[in-house]
Amino acid sequence: MNAVATREPFEEPAVSIPDEGTRGRLLQWPQAMIKQKPMQLRRRSDPVVDEARLRQQAIGVKLRQMFDEVVSEPVPSEFLDILRRVDDAPEGKDD
Amino acid sequence: MTDAKGSSADDAAFKAQLVALIPHLRAFARSLAGDAAAADDLAQDAMMKAWDARASFQMGTNMKAWTFMILRNQFYSERRRSWRTSQLDQEAAERTLVAVDNPEALMALDELRQGLAMLPPEQREALILVGAGGFAYDEAANICGCAVGTVKSRVSRARRALQAVLAVGGYDRDGASAGDAMRSILEESERLSTVR
Repeated sequence: MNAVATREPFEEPAVSIPDEGTRGRLLQWPQAMIKQKPMQLRRRSDPVVDEARLRQQAIGVKLRQMFDEVVSEPVPSEFLDILRRVDDAPEGKDD
Repeated sequence: MTDAKGSSADDAAFKAQLVALIPHLRAFARSLAGDAAAADDLAQDAMMKAWDARASFQMGTNMKAWTFMILRNQFYSERRRSWRTSQLDQEAAERTLVAVDNPEALMALDELRQGLAMLPPEQREALILVGAGGFAYDEAANICGCAVGTVKSRVSRARRALQAVLAVGGYDRDGASAGDAMRSILEESERLSTVR
């Protein structure tokens, strides 16, 4: 099962995530995805590129957040009811 | 490995995995369908289709990708049946994905939601799968039934378009101007990617 072996981050977040306290939501970005390179080690000749990268990173975080909000909602009982009903059915072919 | 019916142990294992995937199916459905109720219907249909097709699933392979593919197929076949063409519905855009209770987050998400809703569906789903669903490009390509390169370019176009629309910021909530802005952004990103 190599389901996540080739997973790629939404955007290479080559900069560190800013201030955890005030931007708490940004923290949801999985740590494994964040390459914590000090800014000085990277060529920073173009602040526009850095800005774009940060924006892209923020979009990635928000996308995940949006998705994860739904994932963390409690599952409506109908879902489990439906699955429970198939237990009672002799074959898996019910509706 | 499993016969046509599958043993009850296989079924139980399958069902356990399926149950664990329900929240993800709901989230993916929400990103495709306009509102939460329609999304849950879609997710339930997909869940049952997956259950009915369990004999064709190989345990140990990526069940999340498999169920997402089922859900996606279900969505598009229903859509072909019952929807008119994919005209953007601004109201649906408002309802897409979640409503969160933190107003500050809501503002930010709201823009993103609307931006997402304005993307062509194939770009939106590619971006959701890779950017939020945690799928690798090749897995997303499998789910969408297209080439890896296609997914990559869809994701990259979607990202550029979203970034542009969010950078513009504070765009008009009620439609026209946002739609126009997005259209020109999309055209531009389309042009850039073909030039490249």
